[in-house]
Amino acid sequence: MLLLIPLLPFVGFLINAFLGRRLSKSISGGIACLAIIGSFVVSVISILSLLSSGAVSAEVTAFDWMSSGDLQIPLRFRLDHLASLMILVVTGIGSLIHIYSTGYMHEESDPEYARYFSYLNLFAAFMLVLVLGANFPVMFVGWEGVGLCSYLLIGFWFTKKSAADAGKKAFIVNRIGDFGFILGMLLVFVTFGSLDFQEVAAAAAQRAPEAGTWGVMTIATLLLFVGATGKSAQIPLYVWLPDAMEGPTPVSALIHAATMVTAGVYMIGRNAVLFEHAPTTLAIVAAIGVATALMAGTIGLVQNDIKRVLAYSTVSQLGYMFLAMGVGAYAAGIFHLYTHAFFKALLFLGSGAVIHALAGEQDIRNMGGLKKYLPITYWTFVVGALAIAGFPLLSGFFSKDEILFRTFTADTPGHLLFYAIAIVTSLLTATYMFRLVFLTFHGERRHDAPAPEHPEEQEPVTVADAHGGHAPAHGAHAPAHAVASPAPVLSPHGGHGHGHGGGHDHTPHEAPWSMAIPLILLAVGSVVAGYVGVPHALGGNNRIESFLEPSFEAGAAAGHETAAPAASEAHEPEAAHADVGTERTLMALSVGIALAGIGLAWYFWLANRRVVEGITSAFAPVHRLLLNKYYVDELYDAAIVQPVKKISTGALWKGVDAGLIDGTVNGVGLAVSGAGTGLRRLQTGSVRTYAFALFAGAISILAYYLFS
Amino acid sequence: MDTIAFYIFAAIAILASLGVIGQGNPMHSVMLLIVSFGALAGLYILLQAPFTAVTQIIIYAGAIMVLFLFVVMLLNVPREEPVPLTAAGLLGPTTMKIGAVLSVVLAIEVVWGLSRLGPTWFSQDAEAAGVSSVARIGNVLFTDHAFAFEATSILILVAMVGAVVIARREH
Amino acid sequence: MVPLNSYLILSGILFAIGTAGVFLRRNLITVLLSIEIMLNAVNLSFVAIGRYLGSVDGQIITFFVMTVAAAEAAVGLALVIALFRHRETLSPDAYTSLKW
Repeated sequence: MLLLIPLLPFVGFLINAFLGRRLSKSISGGIACLAIIGSFVVSVISILSLLSSGAVSAEVTAFDWMSSGDLQIPLRFRLDHLASLMILVVTGIGSLIHIYSTGYMHEESDPEYARYFSYLNLFAAFMLVLVLGANFPVMFVGWEGVGLCSYLLIGFWFTKKSAADAGKKAFIVNRIGDFGFILGMLLVFVTFGSLDFQEVAAAAAQRAPEAGTWGVMTIATLLLFVGATGKSAQIPLYVWLPDAMEGPTPVSALIHAATMVTAGVYMIGRNAVLFEHAPTTLAIVAAIGVATALMAGTIGLVQNDIKRVLAYSTVSQLGYMFLAMGVGAYAAGIFHLYTHAFFKALLFLGSGAVIHALAGEQDIRNMGGLKKYLPITYWTFVVGALAIAGFPLLSGFFSKDEILFRTFTADTPGHLLFYAIAIVTSLLTATYMFRLVFLTFHGERRHDAPAPEHPEEQEPVTVADAHGGHAPAHGAHAPAHAVASPAPVLSPHGGHGHGHGGGHDHTPHEAPWSMAIPLILLAVGSVVAGYVGVPHALGGNNRIESFLEPSFEAGAAAGHETAAPAASEAHEPEAAHADVGTERTLMALSVGIALAGIGLAWYFWLANRRVVEGITSAFAPVHRLLLNKYYVDELYDAAIVQPVKKISTGALWKGVDAGLIDGTVNGVGLAVSGAGTGLRRLQTGSVRTYAFALFAGAISILAYYLFS
Repeated sequence: MDTIAFYIFAAIAILASLGVIGQGNPMHSVMLLIVSFGALAGLYILLQAPFTAVTQIIIYAGAIMVLFLFVVMLLNVPREEPVPLTAAGLLGPTTMKIGAVLSVVLAIEVVWGLSRLGPTWFSQDAEAAGVSSVARIGNVLFTDHAFAFEATSILILVAMVGAVVIARREH
Repeated sequence: MVPLNSYLILSGILFAIGTAGVFLRRNLITVLLSIEIMLNAVNLSFVAIGRYLGSVDGQIITFFVMTVAAAEAAVGLALVIALFRHRETLSPDAYTSLKW
């Protein structure tokens, strides 16, 4: 039964991949949606049966995958409470996005449509494998698989160079992280002798936490965290996520908001016991998380592409989740993951509806006044924005607040600084989110973005030498030179970059029902999803925390008592329940911040637009820095990409491959032919020469025997 | 007595052979070779091998040499200027001359090697002497070596047919 | 009495003369004659050693050698005739078509 959960989308992938060309759109889309919805239904059934059985987890082993000496790796899936939540998110929100995609991608041709859905289903299958895996290698299969699907889907319109480049960039950067993950996995195996999560947790629980030292668990968890930074777009490997917006908007919603990027967070949660024994790593995780959150927040404040703003917002919110994991609040991090999935998917899908309505326009400087044309989109978008800003009583409020509270009361060194940064980032979040809302939907329709120098086929030739691959493939979005940032290359709605420029007079039309219904459902979710985690301070039971708690403990096999010593438990300190007063104060503070942020946005971008331009020109260098994302891409290019290219071309290609290897092979051939040329002179054709040779040999032998 | 005969026959054989290789007229070469064979036949008789001596004369001198003679006369082989058996001639530029030199080397080797051994005498008893009576040879030939005998007959047949086929004039 | 060594020395000399003839003569037929000299030298060795060992096998071998020499001479001469028809010359150095 458990096997069906990843299997159904995989079958959907197979059907669409092999037969898709000949199927009509409704059939291929229908099969894909049926597969994921079926997976959702099976997930619900499995979870219900798990809960009713009272066990902590349920396992299914498909077969013995690798077995060699001490290394025993079965293909095993395990459903526990953490995985239950994750599969509900993946299949539930995944289903909604599949349905949305049937509307959004409708203008593609039939084979392209089927290809899209095959990739989408494959992604869902891999993500489910990742989440349900009972040991590191199975999770890694899913990990790599979603990376692959991310590449395929980002580069879906591969004929467009920036999209193809973005896909490659995502895959390569992910791969760098995966290298760390593999090393961490190997280190775990060498240390604990097993790769099964429960066995590792049980073994780790036997050890003392490595406080303040760089022990083997610290190194292993650090390496695993490197993998997480790649997959979940944290510093230093976040650079692929903004470029990933080249893909279709539902892809951004599913992969880069709701599911794939959360894999890193999930991985830490899955290995909570292990991480709990490496406080140094946790401190680093928290620090990187909060730094990323701040950095992404500042960048998002000035971006002009609607999807870029949301992308940086995702990076920022992921930073929050890592902050939570880093201070030991694993359930809070997962809780935020869950609520974030709702409102971020909603925001992305909403932006997709806007783009769809404007026939490809993505620059918010060319938008405005859409409120009256796209009411459903507008209202759902506002709900999402309020949720992410932390408006009271919406889902984001509960989850973000939980994180802030735990950070404040944590015992991680520097936690107060982290709290301060997190609060500032909250302000930024609210501000840039509502900047987006006001600029997109309110006021009058504008056409402020400068026209592109070249029409639609604007390729990223802004950087001097044309690299393939790892180029800062942000095309027109962040040119190296300051002022006239041309309008972004239009998201090719028909798949070949032929969108209309901004500023047509045709009336934007509201999204079709296939797109509107998921929006509405997600909006409802953004409101109510938080109620599973109402904290005690407000009178709730924080059910989600107690639901997830067994997953973060060692010995999560059925029937294990929780009376283990403190070192073996990874749940939040009990002191959390005591400071109700502190919690309420902090809650008030964050509500105030959220409202302040909304107010700031209203002031600058709704009421007094001119002031913004004044400030922008006054702080032009800062503005440029932020607009160009702190030049991180350029830095990576100069420091890493160019040297690697030079080494590859000069030394490895010309030196080793052409010179050494080809030289050796050719040299063997030359040697043989040279020897042959020499040896053939023996064939004189004269019989007497041969006789002479025989005779000479015979005499030599005779001489040898006579004289020895 | 035997010793003198031996040396006479040996001298004839060597001189005749030298003549075969050393002088130009092919007809004369064939004739000299017949003389050499005759000397060898004498040596066989000295070795108490009369059967071999007789077959030497009949087959070699009588059949093979006659065949050679026929061919020489058929082909009208011209007189050839042989390489003079002098040091200058033997040490000439071509590889062939080196081969000739090597022959000399061979001869020296054999002579030297054999003379290092002490003289080995034949046994003189009548038993050893009478070992090669024709009856005896025939007996061994047809019993112990019967297979080789039969095979040789086939060999001769094949050679005969082969010779006819190869030498046939193409039409 | 003549020792065995003498016969063997004589055989060796004759053999060397034969090989010298193979290398020195420029007439195919004479080359064949030289080969016959070599064969005879070997025959002499066989008979001498057979006599020394008191065995009749020496002569048996010579019997076979002679037979084979006859066959070989026949075929060789046939080849010479065929070659002569082809090239009108009897020099062994003229037949070097299998050269590199």
